[in-house]
Amino acid sequence: MRKKSFFQKAAAVPHIMWVIMFIAAPMLFVLYFALTDAEGKFSFSNIAELSKYGNVFILSIAFALIATVICLLIGYPLAYFMSRQSERAQKILMVLVMLPMWCNLLIRTYALMALLDNGGLLNSLLVKLGLDKVSIVGTNFGVILGMVYDFLPYMVLPIFTSMTKLDKRYIEASHDLGCNNWQTMTKVIMPLTVSGVISGITMVFVPSISTFYISQKLGAGKIDLVGDTIERLFQNTSTYGVGAAMSLIMMILILISVGIMNRFSDDEDKTVKRGGIR
Amino acid sequence: MEKDIVISLTDISKAFDGETVLDHINLEIHDKEFVTFLGPSGCGKTTTLRIIGGFETPDTGDVYFDGKRINDTPPYERQVNTVFQRYALFPHLNVYENIAFGLRLKKTPEETVREKVQEMLALVNLKGFERRRVTTLSGGQQQRVAIARALVNHPKVLLLDEPLGALDLKLRKDMQNELKRIQRQMGITFIYVTHDQEEALSMSDTIVVMAEGKIQQIGTPVDIYNEPENAFVADFIGESNILDGMMLSDYKVKFSGHIFDCVDTGFERRELVDIVVRPEDVDVVSKDTGMLTGTVTSVTFKGDYYEIIVDVGGFKWMLETSDFVGVDEVIGLDIEPEAIHVMKKSEYSGKFGDYSTFSDEMDHLGDIIDEEDEE
Repeated sequence: MRKKSFFQKAAAVPHIMWVIMFIAAPMLFVLYFALTDAEGKFSFSNIAELSKYGNVFILSIAFALIATVICLLIGYPLAYFMSRQSERAQKILMVLVMLPMWCNLLIRTYALMALLDNGGLLNSLLVKLGLDKVSIVGTNFGVILGMVYDFLPYMVLPIFTSMTKLDKRYIEASHDLGCNNWQTMTKVIMPLTVSGVISGITMVFVPSISTFYISQKLGAGKIDLVGDTIERLFQNTSTYGVGAAMSLIMMILILISVGIMNRFSDDEDKTVKRGGIR
Repeated sequence: MEKDIVISLTDISKAFDGETVLDHINLEIHDKEFVTFLGPSGCGKTTTLRIIGGFETPDTGDVYFDGKRINDTPPYERQVNTVFQRYALFPHLNVYENIAFGLRLKKTPEETVREKVQEMLALVNLKGFERRRVTTLSGGQQQRVAIARALVNHPKVLLLDEPLGALDLKLRKDMQNELKRIQRQMGITFIYVTHDQEEALSMSDTIVVMAEGKIQQIGTPVDIYNEPENAFVADFIGESNILDGMMLSDYKVKFSGHIFDCVDTGFERRELVDIVVRPEDVDVVSKDTGMLTGTVTSVTFKGDYYEIIVDVGGFKWMLETSDFVGVDEVIGLDIEPEAIHVMKKSEYSGKFGDYSTFSDEMDHLGDIIDEEDEE
């Protein structure tokens, strides 16, 4: 192989500096704070402290799972619908899906609050119609709604991409061999768009499990997820180490779940080798 | 309606974005027949096939299957199966599951599935490939899987859309024989789409020659070759010298400044006609005894014969001869009455003429043109 020229090496320097300063170094800090006690000595005391927060972890995982499943149930049919439209209509729908992403997450969440709050648009409309108010903000439902609202595009886009890449001939072939529309969906389209589903799930699950803003605002401070807890722990210097430990465990959890998802897409290939889907 | 007609198309027209692709097609296909739709890119042959398969709806006209109108029957309820142009094998399933796909949908018992899949694998010479992923197969093997996947459902009619287009020449010849064998063995109607005239001539019972959305001629390979209906068919099937001529009376025709005996009757006196003479039907004789004389302008060795171009009064003839002649030699041409085929003038008259611009290269380029843009 040809040696890289000086210029080629030099071009990578800014990026490497960036990675060291803003990604590697903070992670090492997290690791350091997580595994040392107040005197700076190596210790697992911070990790041990986390046992108090077991239910927070469980709640976070549950919320993230529910939000991901709902995103999938809404996003998959939507992506399918979009992929069946004319190219022009696809572009318009694509913009509609992406539109919320052009707006900052915090502002979007505030907007959702303005809609759903006790004195918000929805409730004033209900009152005008002579109906009872619904309280959404401050409930589990409100938080999950916020997650779904904020992260749905991340589910739709990868699935849509894998749908548009799907060769139309496979669909024709399945009709030709006797599949009606539903059977074509379950036997051909779904198995061939698994990769899109997997990246969609990853892209929704990861931000959902680590969010703190949505749960703070739409949970009205009543619902404590991992993200909120970490934020609070870091606001107090004496619990810095525990916060770091919690962040560390969080990162490990996310790595494991991404790993599991990747295994799924590998398995897809292995099933084919073994004998396919029955 | 005749009893053994499986599919009939009546007055089918189809346009895409205002462009006419099929122009009032009428066609009957008989049971257990090997029918080929033959024509250049964009002639509408694939669209006709897709209408029979149910993937396109005709703008006008009706499609009948076993005497029943099936215009509105979706593909999955039709008793036809398709072998797609580039196979469209399901990449998430192995060879066995691809072939079993149609049977599984019909809730066939596992025992029967295994039996039938094995039977199909034997038919297409792919025993032992059950567990292979379809993406690891060669083009020829994928082709066989596609055929097995369609045939296992025992369709009344099998549609094949340029199934051999992606294979190399040697493999294509083998597969042609194999397809013909399978068709006889299974007793199924095959409707085959190709732009390769040689393939059409060697495999078909009936050839439907198409151009510009219209059927130009329907007939057996021998009929189509020997009795082309117009200049287009004559030019498209095999090599032809196509000349302007005039019928003087029955059995007498004048072209190239010479009056020939011929076997054609039934034309008006002095009617202008197109004359077709196949290159292999012209005898090369000495310049003194020939009906026509001309100068040889090129000689190409073709293995068992020479292909020569002869300039006769400005018109370039193509001849095939086993005798060697040199370039610039003046020779005589003799044409038997049976070798002269007289055709009515058509919209294609004058579009195909002599071989003055002919080159082998052009011919091959024409074969490569992808049919993908058709539709």
